[in-house]
This record gives sequence, structure tokens and C-alpha cells, in this order.
Amino acid sequence: MKLRPLALLATASLLFAACTQTPAASSPTPGASQSAAPTASAAPTQPFAGTTIRIVTFTGPQIAEPLQRRAPDFNKVSGANVQVITVPFSDLYQKILTDFATKTNSYDAIVFAPQWMGDYVPAGYLEDLSTRVTADAALQWNDIAPFFRDFSATYQGKVYSVPLDGDFQMVYYRSDILAKDGVKPPETWDDYINIAKQYQGKDLNGDGKPDYGSCVAMKRSAQSYWLFISVASAYLQSQGTAQGAFFDTTNMQPLFGSNEGMQKALDTYKTMSTIGPPDQLNLDVGDTRGLFTSGRCALSADWGDIGPLAVDPATSKVQDKVGAVILPGSKQVLDRKSGKLVACDATICPYATNGVNHAPFAAFGGWAGAINKAADAKVKDAAFAFLSYMSQPAQSSVDVTLGKTGFNPYRNVHFTDLTPWKASGMSEAAANNYLGAIKASLSSPNMVLDLRIPQNAFYEGTALDTALAQFLAGEITRDATAKQISDQWNKKTDEIGRDAALTAYKATLGVTK
Amino acid sequence: MSEGTIARPVAARRRLNAVGTRLDRYASGTFIFPAVLVILAFSIFPLVASLYVSLTRIKFAQGGIDFTFVGLDNYAKLLVGIDHEHFLGVFGTPTALGLTAGVAVAAALVWWIARYVRAGATVFGLVGRIVALVGVSALVWLAVETLSSGGRPGTMVVTFVYVFVGVAVQYLLALVLAMLASQHLPGRRFFRVVFLLPMMITPVGVAYLFRMLTDTSKGPLYPVWAWLGLADTSWVTNPWGARIAVMIGDIWQWTPFLFIVLLAALESQSIEPVEAAVVDGASRWQIFRAITFPQLLPVTSTIVLIRVIEAFKIVDLPNVLTNGGPGTATESLTLHAYTIWRALDFGGSAAVAYLLLFVVTFVGVTYVNFVRQRIAVVA
Repeated sequence: MKLRPLALLATASLLFAACTQTPAASSPTPGASQSAAPTASAAPTQPFAGTTIRIVTFTGPQIAEPLQRRAPDFNKVSGANVQVITVPFSDLYQKILTDFATKTNSYDAIVFAPQWMGDYVPAGYLEDLSTRVTADAALQWNDIAPFFRDFSATYQGKVYSVPLDGDFQMVYYRSDILAKDGVKPPETWDDYINIAKQYQGKDLNGDGKPDYGSCVAMKRSAQSYWLFISVASAYLQSQGTAQGAFFDTTNMQPLFGSNEGMQKALDTYKTMSTIGPPDQLNLDVGDTRGLFTSGRCALSADWGDIGPLAVDPATSKVQDKVGAVILPGSKQVLDRKSGKLVACDATICPYATNGVNHAPFAAFGGWAGAINKAADAKVKDAAFAFLSYMSQPAQSSVDVTLGKTGFNPYRNVHFTDLTPWKASGMSEAAANNYLGAIKASLSSPNMVLDLRIPQNAFYEGTALDTALAQFLAGEITRDATAKQISDQWNKKTDEIGRDAALTAYKATLGVTK
Repeated sequence: MSEGTIARPVAARRRLNAVGTRLDRYASGTFIFPAVLVILAFSIFPLVASLYVSLTRIKFAQGGIDFTFVGLDNYAKLLVGIDHEHFLGVFGTPTALGLTAGVAVAAALVWWIARYVRAGATVFGLVGRIVALVGVSALVWLAVETLSSGGRPGTMVVTFVYVFVGVAVQYLLALVLAMLASQHLPGRRFFRVVFLLPMMITPVGVAYLFRMLTDTSKGPLYPVWAWLGLADTSWVTNPWGARIAVMIGDIWQWTPFLFIVLLAALESQSIEPVEAAVVDGASRWQIFRAITFPQLLPVTSTIVLIRVIEAFKIVDLPNVLTNGGPGTATESLTLHAYTIWRALDFGGSAAVAYLLLFVVTFVGVTYVNFVRQRIAVVA
């Protein structure tokens, strides 16, 4: 009879094991199956208990904030411990690359600029997520706007990242002031300059101090060079996305060189530097956003962040006083054969609106999450589950409405469901206006894709950024700036191999929307 | 007991002593050898490795890093190629003042060598002086040309400005403060501590502090700037304003180091010569010039050398305060190397670092051989 208790114990153990067996070990789970990630609502067990995910991104507060804020929630449903490591933006690219290249592998996942995939993917550092994203029902992959799915997240036909942010630059204006004065929002960059000049030095927030016509980030080694590309795009690309705004697709010669389109863009950029705060050359986007939401600027050109920040009662003095429009365009565009500016017509600017060529710039491409291929298998599963969790509509629909997150709309549901926007304090009219500007950019057939070729960090972050900083500081002339950028880009292209660079560039332009 | 039996232990003891002496002779070297090896490995290996990196171009490839040997291409790019304006600067038309200064320095160097030859030169000494003459003349010519009208200093000359102007001001300020703190004034202990505080702060903290102070539109000094009518100006967007802002931060931080050493030197000076000079009716200025300052010269020569070498490596302040801007106006050589490194041009970055090493070594060796020795003799 002594055996009976033992048999009972064994039976109970088996039953207990069967009941508590983790989905990871038995059935389709975020881990083994590469499918369903935990959702906030239902998670009977903690499939990743004891697993630690080390994620690196840039020093926030934006981008890092939602990851840090949601990490404890994810821990409750999955058991995984998420450590968010932050480094300055200017160091992020090389930190990740050197970490992976030296096989240090101190990061299991990265939240990064998808344009850097041109360096990360060919070197084999990132996990192919193609099967995971389609198998994960909770992620609702097809709800993500096609541009972010097919371009930002994809490299040479395979998915390597999960979009967490949608990035387009656009222009914000003080709707109350412009409406009072009967001024229409800018359609062209010339309009932008004229409106900014009109309001420069006037008191715009009633504090008795003179304010600024335009506030844009122009700091070196920061995120300012994207604005210049936004300006230049209007003059350099008119024939649709596949034409490209950075290089001639026949010979990889830079369009950012000695031509009238570039000259006009540089002149416009220089003028913008004179109709803003006195220390504008030393301001990054965080500074200019603060100035705009404190009511000190009539205009600003920025990513989608200002929309949600403007309704934050804690910091904004311009609630329901902000409008947004697609990036201004130009009535003249570059004729690539002659290098001259020519007037838009139906042939030259087939996508023009009222004779104005708009070339909305998908600057940066939106922050996205990717997984280190060298990470432990279970950590990879947990990391994917976390990225999926962050992107799922339940979380992202709220995050994109909060200015502090730095995340902008990128899913269809973000545009169709206005409930979270209203909950954030935005009126329906303001939400429609804000989302309308993004939708106009997203649906434009002349959208400009950000550069995504090997070493694009050098092309944009070093060569372009340095030349622009020198130009704004008066160190070099307009023509010398154009030549310096062109020479630096050509030198780098020759180092990489012109044919290889051209192939990579053309591949990125072949996106199907 | 026979003589033989007594002699055997003595001989054995002598042999033992001889072995012991030999072991003693080699023991010190044997024990130090591993440490020397480790130190050499840690100091020589990076030097050689970075030299190799400076001659290559790297590419990240599947499974690792590809190094492509490019010879002196990275150096050529900086000195005569596409980056020479960034590194060396743009040459302008020298002003009369610049030309005069350049000619004066060249003349002084030639006179210095001529005097050396007349005093009986050695071949080694002459070669050393000619190398110093050529090097210093080249650096002065570079500074005169790029600081002239229509010119633009590159990161090399900007670094020289930080080093020579910054260290000179730091020394003068430190000397004045040390002289004051060595007097028997009320509260001098308090001020000694206060003067030391900036040195204790991390350079990044100093940079952020000065970033706030130089913000004329919303910084803590806004009321002051507004009262002065400068609220709509920004001195960190003007090239020389920004360089001065960086130098003020550097001076504020490093003057205490010179101050504390000079104060110690002042307080350790013997009082008798000063008392004798007072009895002889010497003025305060005469006492300082003839007694105090010469006694400070050995210490001065050492601390100036330390500061010069350190100042060549300035990076925190311009990086945080201005990001090297406006343009490249405040970019030092180290920041230049860092900026290139950030774009993963490791070869180019190593080339800048090596050129900086050459310059620092040249300045340091020239200073030690020709200035410090001279100061020691005068002192």
C-alpha cells in the first residue's frame, strides 16, 4: 500500500505538468511558433519568464519613453524583463554596428532607423522576420500602411523590422494667427519664407516679447539635415518616387550638386536660418518643438510630433491653434539634363497640384524594431513578442497620440479611429487636419524615399550635415557647399563601388506601394 | 679535522654566495619583466594597430570586418585631398599684422639657430633645431594664412588656438589668483576651495553649464542679456563667439589646476631673499620679477607642458556646447577624429588621430628640449 501515495503523487505531477506546460513548449506561441505575441488582454501564462531582452535605442525622452513605459506591462503578460539601453542619436548607428561586428552582442534588439539596414542586413546582423510577422495575428501586419511595410520594414524582399513609428516631415502653422490675418498656409517654399518674414519679430503669444516667423532645427550633428532634404526634394524630384531625389539613376551622380535646383534649395534654407530664433543654428528638434508649442513661432517644419505635443495641456499654449499641411513644393523643378530650373507643366510635374510640385519626404522612415540574429533563440522570440506588442493597435493607437513618445501614425487604424485622438485632447477638426496632412504625404505618388544605401550615415549624417552647417555659419558659399557635398558623395560612392551603390540605390526606389 | 674538511664548506659557501649574487642581479629584471611586457602590449599594440587602421579602409561584411589596405590615402585626403579644407583650413590673404607676426617668428627662429651655431653647435643639436625651425615655421605659416581675411581655420588651427591662447590665459589667471591666495587676506582658505571647484566638475557638466549660460534667449542669464540689449543675439552662432565660449569654459575648468600648483610653489618659496630685497628697498614688482617669478619657472615649465598636452585633446566642451559648430568653427582635432569615427570611417579617424599624435609629440619634444631646458637654466 506504500505505493499508492507515490502513484497518486506521480499522477498529480503529470496532471500539474500538463496543466501548467507553457505554450512555448507545446503549441504555437510567441516563442516556438514565431506567431502570436502576447496581447494585453489575454495571457494565461508567462511564456518568457526569466528572459531578459536588452534593447538599444537613442537617448529620449522620445522613442525610449514608450519602450520604458510599456516594459512593465509586457513583463506582466509575458514574464520577460525588458532593459532599454539608450545612447545619443549621433552615436546610435555606430554603436549598434560595432557591437554586432565585434560580436559583442550586448543588444538583443534594436529600435533604429530602418535606412541603416543597408549596412546591417548585408553583413548578416539582423534576424529575418518575414515568417514571424505574417504568422502573428495580434500584430495585424496588413493594417500597417503599405509604405512602412514594404519599404521601411523590408530589405530586398524580406522583412527585417517591425514599424513602431511613421515619419513624414510636414509644415505646422499657427491657424489662429494666419486665419485672423487672412493668410493661407504655405503651398510653396517661397510662400513659407514670405509668411515667416511677415511674422518675424511680432508678439505671437501675448507675452509682450517679439517672437519668430519660423522655428526649425538647424543644429549640427543632430536631426536637422533631414529638413534640408525636405526643402531640396521639392526642386529635385517631380516625376514620381522612382525618379529618386538623391542621385541620377543612370550614373549615380549626386543631384545634391552644382545645379539650379540645389542652389535654390540652399538659398531657401539659408533664408530660413535668418527668420527664426537667434540661436537657431544651435537648436535641435526638441528645442524648436518647445518654442512652437509655447506659442513663439508662426511656422515650423518637422515630423508629426508637433501635432500631439500641441494638445498636451501640461506644456502647450497653442491647443487647437495649430494646423498642418503637406510639405511645401515649388512651381519650378530641376531639369536634370540642363541642370536648370524649369517651370512645372503637365509633363515635367505630372503629380503637381495647382501647378505646385510637392515631394513629401519620408524623412528617416520611422523608428522600427529589429532583432539581433546572434541573440539566443528564446530571447529572439521574446524580443519579437515585445516589438509586436508595441506595434499592436491596442498599444500603438494610444502611443501615437502622445507627443512624448515621438511615435507618429503608421497604421490604417491610426487614421480611421479618431477615438484615441479625441481622448488625447485633440478636437475632431484638429485630428482630421493633422492626419490629413500625413495622409496627403503618404498617398503622394511623388513621395521622396530616404536614402538607404551602404554607408548612408556618411552621405547624410557626415558629408551633408557638415557642409550645411558650414554653409549656414557662412564658412562656405552656396556654390562651394553644393560642390563639397557632391565631391564628398562621389568620393564615397567610388570607395564603395559605383555600380554596387547604384544597384542598391535603384533597388530602394523600386518599392511597390 | 684536516684543512681539507674545513676548506670544503667555505668553498661551498662561496659558490652559494656567488649563485645568490647572480640570482639577486637577475631577480629584479625577472620580476619586472612580465609587468613590462604587459605595459608594452597595452601601449605599443594599440599604437601599431591604429597605425595599421589608418592605412586601411574598413567594410562590414558577413561574419566580420574587411580591411582594405589603401596606403597613405587617408592621410592624403586630409592634407591635400577632399578633406584638406576641413583639416587644414582655407588660405586667405594675410593681413599686414599677420605677415609681420609670421616674419617676426621666422626671424626669431633664424636668429636662435644662428646664435646656437656661433656658440659652437653639435651636428645633433643643429639638426634638431632645424627640424624645430621648419615645423614651427610651417605651423605659424598655417595659422597666419588661415586666420587671414578670406581664410578659414581648419580643425588643426582651431586646436592651436585652444591650446596656445587657452593655456596662456589659464596660466596668467592662475598666477594672479595664486598670488592673491598666498597673501594673508581674510577668507583666503574659503577662496582656495572655491577656486578649486571647477576642476572637480566633469567636462560634460561644464559644457552643459556654459550652454545654459550662453543661451541669451532663455538661459539663467537672460535678464542680464536682455538688460544689455543682447537678448536677440547668440554668441555661439558666431564662429569667434563660439570659439571664445569654448575657451572660457576650458579656462574656467582648468585654471584651478595651474592655480593649486602655483600656490603650492609660492608657499614653499624661502622668505629670506624676499626679506633681503625688502631691506634693500626693492619694490613689489622688482621682487616679483627678480625673485618670485624665477623661482616659479621650473614648476611653470612642467605644468604648462602638462596643460599643453592635455589641451590638444580637448573634445568634451566643443562637442556638447556647440557640436563643433557653427559650421566647423569650434571643431578640435579630437572632435574631428570622433566625427569621422562616428560615420565608421575608422581609417580616416585613425589618420587624424595619428596626425594629432605627430603634432603633440613635435610640440612636446620641442618644448622640452628647447624651452624647458632654457627655463631651467634661467631659473
